Amino acid sequence: MSGWDVAVVGAGIVGAACASECARAGLSVIVFDRGPVGGGATAAAMGHVVVMDDSEAQFALTSFSRRLWRDLAPELPADVHFEACGTLWPAADEEEMAEARRKAEFLRGRGLRAEILDEDGIREAEPNLRPGLRGGLLVPDDSVLYPPSAALFLLGRAPRNKIVLRTGADVRALDPDGGVVLGDGSRISAGLTVNAAGCWSPDLTAGLPVRKRKGHLVVTHRYPGHIRHQIVELGYLKSAHSVSSDSVAFNVQPRSNGQMLIGSSRQYGAERPDVEFGILRRMLERAALYLPSLERLTALRSWAGFRPATPDKLPFIGPSADNQKIWLATGHEGLGITTSLATGRLLADMILNRPEEIPSAPYSPARSLPEDKAHD
Amino acid sequence: MTEIVSLTINGRPIRVPSGTVVAVALALAGESRFRRSVGGHPRGPLCGMGVCFECSVTIDGRPHCRSCQTLCADGMEVRTDE
Amino acid sequence: MSDTRSRFEVVVVGAGPAGLAAAAAAAECGRRTLVLDATPWLGGQIWRGREAKGGPGSAKRWLARLQAAGAAVARQTTVVASPGPGVLLAESPEGPREIEWEKLILTIGARELFLPFPGWTLPGVVGIGGLQVLVKGGWPLAGKRIVIAGSGPLLFAAAAEYRAAGADVVLIAEQADLARLVRFGLSLPRLAPGKILQAAQYQAALLGVPYRTGCWAVSAQGADRLEGVTLRSARRTWTERCDVLATGFGFLPNLELPRLLGCRTENGAAVVDDRQESSQAGIFIAGEPTGIGGEGRALVEGLIAGFAAAGRPERAGRLWRKRRRALAFSRAMDRAFALRDEVRDLASPETPICRCEDVPRRDLEKYGGWRAAKLHTRCGMGPCQGRICGGAVEKLFGWDAASNRPPVFPVSIGTLREPDPRPSGASD
Ligand SMILES: Cc1cc2nc3c(=O)[nH]c(=O)nc-3n(C[C@H](O)[C@H](O)[C@H](O)COP(=O)(O)OP(=O)(O)OC[C@H]3O[C@@H](n4cnc5c(N)ncnc54)[C@H](O)[C@@H]3O)c2cc1C
Ligand SMILES: Cc1cc2nc3c(=O)[nH]c(=O)nc-3n(C[C@H](O)[C@H](O)[C@H](O)COP(=O)(O)OP(=O)(O)OC[C@H]3O[C@@H](n4cnc5c(N)ncnc54)[C@H](O)[C@@H]3O)c2cc1C
Ligand code: FES
Repeated sequence: MSGWDVAVVGAGIVGAACASECARAGLSVIVFDRGPVGGGATAAAMGHVVVMDDSEAQFALTSFSRRLWRDLAPELPADVHFEACGTLWPAADEEEMAEARRKAEFLRGRGLRAEILDEDGIREAEPNLRPGLRGGLLVPDDSVLYPPSAALFLLGRAPRNKIVLRTGADVRALDPDGGVVLGDGSRISAGLTVNAAGCWSPDLTAGLPVRKRKGHLVVTHRYPGHIRHQIVELGYLKSAHSVSSDSVAFNVQPRSNGQMLIGSSRQYGAERPDVEFGILRRMLERAALYLPSLERLTALRSWAGFRPATPDKLPFIGPSADNQKIWLATGHEGLGITTSLATGRLLADMILNRPEEIPSAPYSPARSLPEDKAHD
Repeated sequence: MTEIVSLTINGRPIRVPSGTVVAVALALAGESRFRRSVGGHPRGPLCGMGVCFECSVTIDGRPHCRSCQTLCADGMEVRTDE
Repeated sequence: MSDTRSRFEVVVVGAGPAGLAAAAAAAECGRRTLVLDATPWLGGQIWRGREAKGGPGSAKRWLARLQAAGAAVARQTTVVASPGPGVLLAESPEGPREIEWEKLILTIGARELFLPFPGWTLPGVVGIGGLQVLVKGGWPLAGKRIVIAGSGPLLFAAAAEYRAAGADVVLIAEQADLARLVRFGLSLPRLAPGKILQAAQYQAALLGVPYRTGCWAVSAQGADRLEGVTLRSARRTWTERCDVLATGFGFLPNLELPRLLGCRTENGAAVVDDRQESSQAGIFIAGEPTGIGGEGRALVEGLIAGFAAAGRPERAGRLWRKRRRALAFSRAMDRAFALRDEVRDLASPETPICRCEDVPRRDLEKYGGWRAAKLHTRCGMGPCQGRICGGAVEKLFGWDAASNRPPVFPVSIGTLREPDPRPSGASD
């Protein structure tokens, strides 16, 4: 084998999107994953495709990626369960109402749709939400999908003669000259290597400031129509994104089959993948506060996964600071499903020296980072 | 001297000895299709012991109840084909 | 029981023969003991519903012994999770319960193994044991034509019971070959004199019902419900008209709870030591989860676990010989009723393997293993959480479908959530 143009490590949604974009642009690509496609964080995720505005850079990446998902929607097979259900941000009080208005203005100012709901409006939009909410913000163009099938679809979308997928292949190290060393010692050479190993990416690129941020989810039995939008509490902005302590926030998703996913929690420093009851209960407590009807519904299962988090909450997309043959596409934290497509597009733009659709600098692995306070 | 409980199955009344599970009441009422699968196919009890969920019905408005594990009660409303 | 939190020296999960024996033994040794069961009955799958009627001699004896020993009993109480070390979370009609234990005994039994074939999802196709359980509860069978097709010693017992309920048992089809069964029969008297008698009694009751070995169901037909079944033997393939097809290929240990608690399993059974203690100190496992062995093995293992958990190893030790005989009996059964290759592989490409999510064989075959198949097809993600399809894919594709995520049974979110300090029903 004379070598591949690109070797991608990780067949999560991010690796899949990168591989797919590269192969569609004509590069020959080999993808490695030690597990099945989409078996890492991608399997644990909710699959909410959402525009976020913590920073301009986060907004740029999420809104660009959301547009790519919407463009792709007609092509998505049924098993991706794509649904443009929109996001509803309920506002509990005046303070949150003000935040809803600010957010609405921010989005509208950038040409996106956003609608302010009053007390009656939110009741009509989601009758099962607790009475007495002040109102809310509806972002109609957000959507939901089933991430593992989306990852598989992205890989399958690449031309067959341009892409090879090797699951069950453990990558031991990245070859500094391009390519990888597999667990069995064999080497596969490539022009460049993309580390898309999610929260395991530091195992392959030493010193990379990507840390595991654990999250729990609960899935319910089927209750079609019980909720109609992804519903996320506005407090999410304040509580869930705080970098240090464990937190929970109300976040529920309607699946097209009638199931609901209930989240969410965020923890640092938790390494074991087991479900932790303390945090699970706090999370459900929070959910029941907004959606009291949940109490009587049936939970089928709960699980936990790890988000790959960076100190500034932005991913690393581009060549690594010290080796132009090793590229990074990692650190997408709680937004990797959303931002996967934009990541793949940007990465391919950079590799092929195509004009970038959004500036890539904010995601450059060489950028300066704030000190990672949560480290100690 | 077994006690009798009265319930309705798809709106039709039926009386069964107390201690009877809903699945048995449904069979006594002549129902064979307890639910429809996600693909729309008819299903009925398989395991009889609460693990397969094929006998799920709606009881008093609550969907997805395993009829083989639920005792009949007076005034209960059971709906099949959920 | 209305208290939402309680504490016992010994907690026994599952009130089948193994659980009743374990709870009786522990309580007789003076331990504050609780035995709980998901169902409204005591006695597990075999004695269920016999409580009031007195039931077979042994059921009555054991229930009396349990009562005399003074163990607490909780019915309709399903253990769903372990929120912390030494604590179980259970759901009951009164709401959630947290139960603290010093020693835990898991006697949670087994479920039937179903092997998919075209038509196996039609209403009217029922588990052999499942139908027995339903019949014990009054399921109407009078005048129904029944074919029994599957494997194991349960087939006779089932046929006798169906007949007693007025059914017309058309045929018993045992997939194992006669030669194997004869060898099994020969090894029986030495191992368990009582069993051969039992078998003979069933045979007698069955007078006139054909029992075919080396014979199995290949498909079931019907529009909205079962109308007939096609059977195959070495010599021919034919169709029988029937109202009910009872099927099942032996049993699979229930291992979700032991796995959730971190107990080691091997070859589809929980690993235990001489005292029935699992790899987790303080957690004992008895009966079917340690390996399928029927009532006799369940009772002796239950007693051993109960005595051992109560700190009376010498009383447990006296039962080892009896257990050895029971284990030899189960091994002989396993060999006699070993599955033939044909029955593992009856599903057509369209046959649903996962009944909860309607996933056909065709969709599963593309994947190299359970996790990939599950992720991409949703096989095993429905309410049964792989309890039915897991066994099927193990036999069909050799996949390991083990799972250990809470809750072990679907449960209301209110139960999973922090137990509410306010009186229940106050909100809403
Ligand atoms: C509970 C939870 C909810 C979430 N909800 C959302 C949401 O609603 N919306 C959203 O946008 N995002 C969400 N996320 C975030 C999202 O899941 C992640 O950002 C995203 O999946 C990251 O994708 P990835 O491909 O980088 O990582 P992964 O999916 O983890 O993929 C990395 C892959 O690399 C493989 N790998 C690692 N090391 C090696 C090696 N040495 N050799 C071979 N293979 C290797 C792994 O097997 C894995 O498959 C959520 C995350 C969690 C945990
Ligand atoms: C459906 C079925 C029917 C059977 N019918 C017969 C028969 O007619 N004749 C015969 O000889 N043998 C029959 N058997 C076999 C018989 O069950 C065994 O031979 C033996 O009695 C097993 O005893 P055990 O105590 O190990 O388990 P079981 O008797 O199965 O008892 C296990 C108990 O644990 C409870 N349980 C399980 N999980 C939980 C939980 N999480 N929380 C609370 N409780 C829980 C169950 O409700 C059950 O009552 C049947 C088996 C099955 C599965
Ligand atoms: S018949 Fe299987 S759960 Fe009721």
